[in-house]
Amino acid sequence: MEELDALFQGFAVALTWYNIGMMVIGIVLGIVIGVLPGLGGPNGVAILLPLTFTMAPTSAIIMLSCIYWGSLFAGAITSVLFNIPGETHSVATTFDGYPLAQQGRAGEALTASFTGSFIGAFVAVLLITFLAPLVAKFALRFGPPEYFAVFLLTFCSFIGTGKDPFKTIISMMLGFGLAAVGMDTVSGELRMTFGWSELLRGIDFLIVVIGLFGVGEILLSMEEGLAFEGKSAKINPKVVLETWKKLPKYWLTLIRSAAIGCWMGITPGGATAASFMGYGIAKRFSPNGDKFGTGQLEGVIAPETAAHASGTAALLPMLALGIPGSATAAVLLGGLMVWGLQPGPLLFVEQKEFVWGLIASMYLSNIAGLIIVLSTVPLFAAILRIPFSIIAPIIIVVCAIGAYSVHSAMLDVWFMVLFGMVGYVMKKLDYPLAPLVLSLVLGDRAEAAFRQTMMGSKGELGVFWSNSLVGTITTLALLMLFWPALSFGWQSLRRQLAGSR
Amino acid sequence: MLRTILKVSKKSLPFSAAFLACIGAAPALAEWQPTKAVEIVVPAGAGGASDQMARMIQGIVVKHQLMKQPIIVVNKSGASGAEGIMDVKDAKGDPHKLMVAFSAIYTLPVAVGLPFNWRDLNPVAMIALDEFLLWVNSETSYKTPKEYLAAVKAAVPGTFKMGGTGSKREDHIITVALDKINGSKFTYIPYKSGGEAATQLVGKHIDSNVNNPSENIAQWRAGQVRALCVFSENHMVYKEKITKDQSWADIPTCRESGVDVVYQMLRGFFLPSGTSKDQVAFYADLLKKVVATPEWKDYLAKQALKDTYLTGADYVKFLEQDEAFHNKLMNEAGFAHKK
Amino acid sequence: MEQTKHSQARGGITHSLVDAISAFIVFAVGVVMMIDNYRIGAGWADEGPESGYFPFRIGVILCIASIVVMLRSLFGKKRNLEVFVSWERFKPVLLVLIPTTLYVLAIQFLGIYVASALFVGAFMRVMDRSSWLKTLLVSVGVNALLFWMFEMQFMVPLPKGPLEALFGY
Repeated sequence: MEELDALFQGFAVALTWYNIGMMVIGIVLGIVIGVLPGLGGPNGVAILLPLTFTMAPTSAIIMLSCIYWGSLFAGAITSVLFNIPGETHSVATTFDGYPLAQQGRAGEALTASFTGSFIGAFVAVLLITFLAPLVAKFALRFGPPEYFAVFLLTFCSFIGTGKDPFKTIISMMLGFGLAAVGMDTVSGELRMTFGWSELLRGIDFLIVVIGLFGVGEILLSMEEGLAFEGKSAKINPKVVLETWKKLPKYWLTLIRSAAIGCWMGITPGGATAASFMGYGIAKRFSPNGDKFGTGQLEGVIAPETAAHASGTAALLPMLALGIPGSATAAVLLGGLMVWGLQPGPLLFVEQKEFVWGLIASMYLSNIAGLIIVLSTVPLFAAILRIPFSIIAPIIIVVCAIGAYSVHSAMLDVWFMVLFGMVGYVMKKLDYPLAPLVLSLVLGDRAEAAFRQTMMGSKGELGVFWSNSLVGTITTLALLMLFWPALSFGWQSLRRQLAGSR
Repeated sequence: MLRTILKVSKKSLPFSAAFLACIGAAPALAEWQPTKAVEIVVPAGAGGASDQMARMIQGIVVKHQLMKQPIIVVNKSGASGAEGIMDVKDAKGDPHKLMVAFSAIYTLPVAVGLPFNWRDLNPVAMIALDEFLLWVNSETSYKTPKEYLAAVKAAVPGTFKMGGTGSKREDHIITVALDKINGSKFTYIPYKSGGEAATQLVGKHIDSNVNNPSENIAQWRAGQVRALCVFSENHMVYKEKITKDQSWADIPTCRESGVDVVYQMLRGFFLPSGTSKDQVAFYADLLKKVVATPEWKDYLAKQALKDTYLTGADYVKFLEQDEAFHNKLMNEAGFAHKK
Repeated sequence: MEQTKHSQARGGITHSLVDAISAFIVFAVGVVMMIDNYRIGAGWADEGPESGYFPFRIGVILCIASIVVMLRSLFGKKRNLEVFVSWERFKPVLLVLIPTTLYVLAIQFLGIYVASALFVGAFMRVMDRSSWLKTLLVSVGVNALLFWMFEMQFMVPLPKGPLEALFGY
């Protein structure tokens, strides 16, 4: 019970008025940053990092990590309300969150997503508290083949959505194609830039998503005749309690997503992969799976729980190994070094007070974060009651700012408009957008991992079964891929057996 | 349609910049001062070595009140930094844009045919040199670079894996240089960052890497990796013990261990072209004040950077030599862009 | 649904035709991908796949899938012959799309804040018929808030025009 002792000492460090003040400031700032597209967690933390140089390291990291929690929580807000994910990991939240908001259940969706996030984070913090050294060792076993297997698993758990398989394929391949534009990190060569230096940086995921979902949605709403004008959203505090009553039903989804999230956070698959996998698996195995996408609470909980668990667990490899599990963790890592702390295997030994202060603050700040975001639910739900003709141009303005600030490039704003039109047409023609986004986000990473593997193994595909870890993940991925066929075969077999009896 | 619009956007940018420069330059004939927030463009991702340095300088300037206007750090990491480099190149005459430079300014134009040369920018000052070391996993038996390279040579070509940051960049150049001098063949595996290469080495997914000190220090202190030699002319100067029995200064140079490869990387600053002498002088002076602070010394020691301040003609001379050196290495390695 | 049937009587571009056209565009994208990636090498070198290996194959898959979609949309039994979008319903879409395009164009000359204020204001006046006072308050207020947040607090530089330059930004 050495950990518990250390944890209680950590609480003593974190529970000073000054640190609690920093926590609240951090969370509120994080929410603001998370709501504004283009100002995601990594940017937000990086922007505020210099402000903390004069603080004590423990207070500084508490404030910065709270910004991170705040932005993780808040990523869901714009996804649910306007179908515009503020961060990559909240894309999957739009699939069911936005339909819920359209049905006037935005309050429920937000409550469910915040609570799911909280549970995910809590599980991850428990993991960090008690299993840190063990888990850190596990993360070291991940080389290129393991990474690829994890990405493959994410893709496979998400396949089989959409009505027309050919349109699903087109959508997914367009995503891969967009992801490939720009410099290929493995060979350092330029792909599909057509000699145009503005395309060097590639096409950022956020721009495509802001266009497809944000602008595209506004165009569709216009066609449907200002569909969400004066949408009544229940804004009384009772919504929170009513939603909570429904949550225990989804215990299995919660546990599954939290486990997926923790695992993906530690094996730097990342929060985005985790949220997609969480959603995909919940869709496949939930009894209501076929209703996903029409506004199911479960479809909000699944990705959010996984994303937040993963975002939290990603701090573990950063602290214990000095490798950042996410972009924000990378910035925090830079901060640690500036304060004179060397993250890595010795941090837990040499800087006990700091580490346990931080871990204790994760418990406290997630509770504080949950209270703060829940109290903002009525506020955000009320935004939906603003008439469409006022909110629509403001959404477009915020989208343009978001698109511009990703790379400070005007071309990206034009791309946003272009993808807005593309999104409008694709939605009208029943092309599913989720596969496009998924492959756009993970496509180049999956490709890089595959090619790194092939370089190491000299083109030998057997490397994906070369040890028990990678073999298990790969087999699992293939199982997921062929799951529909397998379950169909099993059912028809059973029917035959029943018939012959 | 997009193309024509693009031209407009490119035109409007220098226009507004020139406009601002006019306002700013009028009263400041004697000694120039920035009139608005200064942007430091980092052609690398948030959290990396260049980014940390920019943010460190930002922090120092604020703490010691070295400048009235604030500093904004902007990451433009697209295409291995080509995004940031081209952005500063296009901002002709804008004295409020400073770029952090590293060897990408030579390697990118050669590797991908980027229409850029450092002469398109206005050199301000170089403030440090970054070292490179040869690292292996500490559970292996190799104690000297000779032993290790002999084992690489004895094995079937391509058996040993060298990890590094990106392709056709500094780590890759060193690997090829090692191969050439040793007559062996590494399989070079490009990762996204030095941090990734560091953990991959600990996890034994690669056999060695050539990381900067700051990228591997955590693993070194924990005894997970071993430093074989530093690709530098002289020993490093930091004598404080980092591991139980070694300081940075104790690591032999590769040259004295019989592996004659020398490589260091500049950490310098540039203004866009078309900026005045006064403007360059202002920033050169500012950076001089920054490198004199105790925080900076402390930062250098922690990152084991080589303290080197060059400006004016010295800096240009260094750039010319360094560029020729890189061009030679890049061409020898066959990294030049094929048209 | 009702509206769609209503407009079908008046003719126009059918759903299936738009489907075929977009499939053709996808096909063209696939061809471009194949050509450009073949150029940089789409084979399998000694050290694993070359840079163009995956994108080339993605181009091939795009072409095949788009042909299937195209054939189905032109000759398939279940093809949707309803009008893709009637003019009455497309008008409001253009009412957003055209101003948005003009707005993005204006950003380059006026800076994002002034352009946004004009855009929000114009939209409110035309679509919502808000009073001048309300329009002014919302459009200027929202942008002042954004300016304060991005330029002054978070120090994220956004495109600025002559007005901001007058104030020294």
